[in-house]
Amino acid sequence: MRERLHVDWLINSIFVPVASVAAGFVVAGLVVAATGADPLLAFTSLFQGAVTNRNAFPETLVSTVPYVFLGLGVALGFRAGLFNIGAEGQFYIGALSGVFIAYSIHGLPAVIEIPLAMVAGMAGGFAWASIAGFLKARFGAHEVITTIMLNYVAFLVANYLVDTPGLMLARDVSTPRTPDVDVNAVLPIIVAGSRLHFGLILALVAVPLVWFLIERTTIGFQLRAVGFNQGAARAAGMSVGRTMVLAMGLSGALAGAAGIVQVLGVSRHMTDTVAAGYGFDAIAIALLARSNPWGVLPAALLFGALHNGASFMQLQTDVSADLISIVQASVIIFIAAPAIVRWIFHLRPEAAGSVQITSREAKTPV
Amino acid sequence: MDLDVRWGEVHALLGENGAGKSTLMNVVYGLVHQDSGTIEFDGKPAQVHSPQDAIRLGIGMVHQHFMLIPVLTVAENIVLGREVQNAGVMDLGRAYRTVRELSERYGLQVDPKARVEDLSVGVQQRVEILKALYRGARLLILDEPTAVLTPQEVSGLFQIVRNLTAEGNAVIFITHKLAEVMEIADQITVMRRGKVVATTNPKESKPPDLARMMVGRSVLLRVEKQRAKPGDVLLRVEDLVVMDRRQVAVDHISLEVRAGEILGVAGVEGNGQNELVESIVGLRATRSGHIRLGARDVSRRSTRFRLHSGLGLIPADRHREGIILELPISDNLILNRYDLPPYEWWMVRQFRAIRATAERLIKTFDIRAQSPDQPASSLSGGNQQKLVVARELGTGPKVLVASQPTRGVDVGSIEFIHRQIISQRDAGLGVLLVSSELDEVLALADRVAVMYRGRIVAVLDGEDADRDRIGLLMAGAA
Repeated sequence: MRERLHVDWLINSIFVPVASVAAGFVVAGLVVAATGADPLLAFTSLFQGAVTNRNAFPETLVSTVPYVFLGLGVALGFRAGLFNIGAEGQFYIGALSGVFIAYSIHGLPAVIEIPLAMVAGMAGGFAWASIAGFLKARFGAHEVITTIMLNYVAFLVANYLVDTPGLMLARDVSTPRTPDVDVNAVLPIIVAGSRLHFGLILALVAVPLVWFLIERTTIGFQLRAVGFNQGAARAAGMSVGRTMVLAMGLSGALAGAAGIVQVLGVSRHMTDTVAAGYGFDAIAIALLARSNPWGVLPAALLFGALHNGASFMQLQTDVSADLISIVQASVIIFIAAPAIVRWIFHLRPEAAGSVQITSREAKTPV
Repeated sequence: MDLDVRWGEVHALLGENGAGKSTLMNVVYGLVHQDSGTIEFDGKPAQVHSPQDAIRLGIGMVHQHFMLIPVLTVAENIVLGREVQNAGVMDLGRAYRTVRELSERYGLQVDPKARVEDLSVGVQQRVEILKALYRGARLLILDEPTAVLTPQEVSGLFQIVRNLTAEGNAVIFITHKLAEVMEIADQITVMRRGKVVATTNPKESKPPDLARMMVGRSVLLRVEKQRAKPGDVLLRVEDLVVMDRRQVAVDHISLEVRAGEILGVAGVEGNGQNELVESIVGLRATRSGHIRLGARDVSRRSTRFRLHSGLGLIPADRHREGIILELPISDNLILNRYDLPPYEWWMVRQFRAIRATAERLIKTFDIRAQSPDQPASSLSGGNQQKLVVARELGTGPKVLVASQPTRGVDVGSIEFIHRQIISQRDAGLGVLLVSSELDEVLALADRVAVMYRGRIVAVLDGEDADRDRIGLLMAGAA
């Protein structure tokens, strides 16, 4: 039986996501062919733009960094049974609160300024997301609705703060933006001649940390217990409401980390349009990763590569960069409906628990 | 396996939970497909691929859990999916008439215009039967139909079943209760572990024989126990009022549970027992009144606080509140203590300690598992329930609130759980036992409180509690 479980795990966690990605590319290829272009050429240039061109791979990694944090955040929410659609808004608020600290402080060493800004960014994301958690815990408002709505609020708050003189608007700039962060708060470049910054290391550290939090701590256990079965968690004395606020907050803190890392590592200031749909891709990444922190890494890399290679593909082949949206969308459809993948690849249906029970019962005398 | 059912007879399908009764009937009703074998209906081979096929043939099924829409009326529920229409407009008048006719013909006494949510469980069951009849059922499958009924409602149901068979219909009656089989069945098929072990009838086989066939060994039909030696009051409920959806569910209840005694709460489900249990453990707010554990008033304290003050809970619905199916057995066994040492150290879970406790409890409570790491979903119902009992008794609580502690559990596990509860009682545990199985209450309780419409209408001594009297009290008479 254990072997069976192992095989099921391999199929569910490795094969289905990989096959979904492959199937997603096939669908996108068909679309390209239908428009009269050459899908092979399109995918080749996508690959060149993402990996083999000069500086392409470091750029792919630059795009991967926020995806890792955001994917981890959404995945953590999933594990607690919460669908955090508001990663985009939490990204903004995280970036805003972090950048405020980062341009306000001066003259401290980097080892203090960077963590300070990071903490501020994560706290902002935490606070913003826990509003949705609180509304759910206290009033039963569904987090999908509230996080979507809070996204709009976040965008507008960001616009207002960044566009208003006397608030966060920098002096003497042609387009509205915040002042630049202090030099010591900037994340150092780790590959000379590229934009790849220290955030990659932070992202690589975040993955095992989040895994540890979910799988090895009492907080993670509480999140998972509530995610699986609220009734049983409550009857065992857990506070379901508090857990939901906490889970939502942690999810938002990771999204906020994505925001502040992007600011400290890439843009160095905040304009009123900084996130550009990252938060929504994060949902796809978490789904593709099957909510497993380790899975977030390859999934984020894939999305980073798609994101980065798309413009080169468009330049080379006249195939619109929006093609990658088709790849992403079809991957999600295949992931969301694993039955399709199982059917295409003739896998046996998921093992039903009850069948195992009867066969096991028969062997054990009562 | 073979099973023959004739027109005009009540055929009882007797077996423990998990013996395959429901699976077999789901095959007949087209919900599950057979791997091999054939079904014949009315002398002809029948292909039943879906419930639609079964309904077309004239097979109807009343499930354990009713499939009714609470906000619709009886007639609307019955015609659902087969609405009589007139130029696209539903002809409710005709639906009411048809339902009334059917209801009168079989003595079902159901008002077609009543809203289902206002009906008692017994009446809802009759609505389910009407639904099957409306769809032309001639063979009616009743899956554990008496589980939710009072003794009086059971006799009403039996009368309906007799009316049905008198008109030439056939009824398959799935149950694990011997007394019912003796009363209603013409033919009895006994199943054990997916096989038919005997086909007999009430004249040839007596209850002890049936029990042996069902379980595969002789069964003690009664729990052996010493007379209770009650000690101090451990749990005191004073003038408790609890609401459920703006209605009074628990109506000024007071009760006491002493050390070393079992207070049984008998009553038909839905008379406030769940709300009483939930408010005692802190899962539901009280409107007024007090709950004291020992000398401490815990009425306003969290569930966690109460559990840590020596309260144990076996919830009524193990899948909803008792265990987390997706988590390993080991995690389930420490679910209420996961954040206490030795299971954690600076918020890091200590798997060695968790595993050690799990292995100990698995052994002590005879949970049939290969490893503490396998998910709880891989256990049978009886073993899942033993898991819950092990967790709650394993901490050595002072008071145990046990709600339907053996529901959906095989006879072997029932005996085991009952023995555990009794032996802990002898060691000084106070038990509040809530069960809608009157037999269970009578077998275990030292005192029996009967609940009806949120009130305790009588408290009787367990030794000489009279079954019929309790039945009447449960129904609100007397």
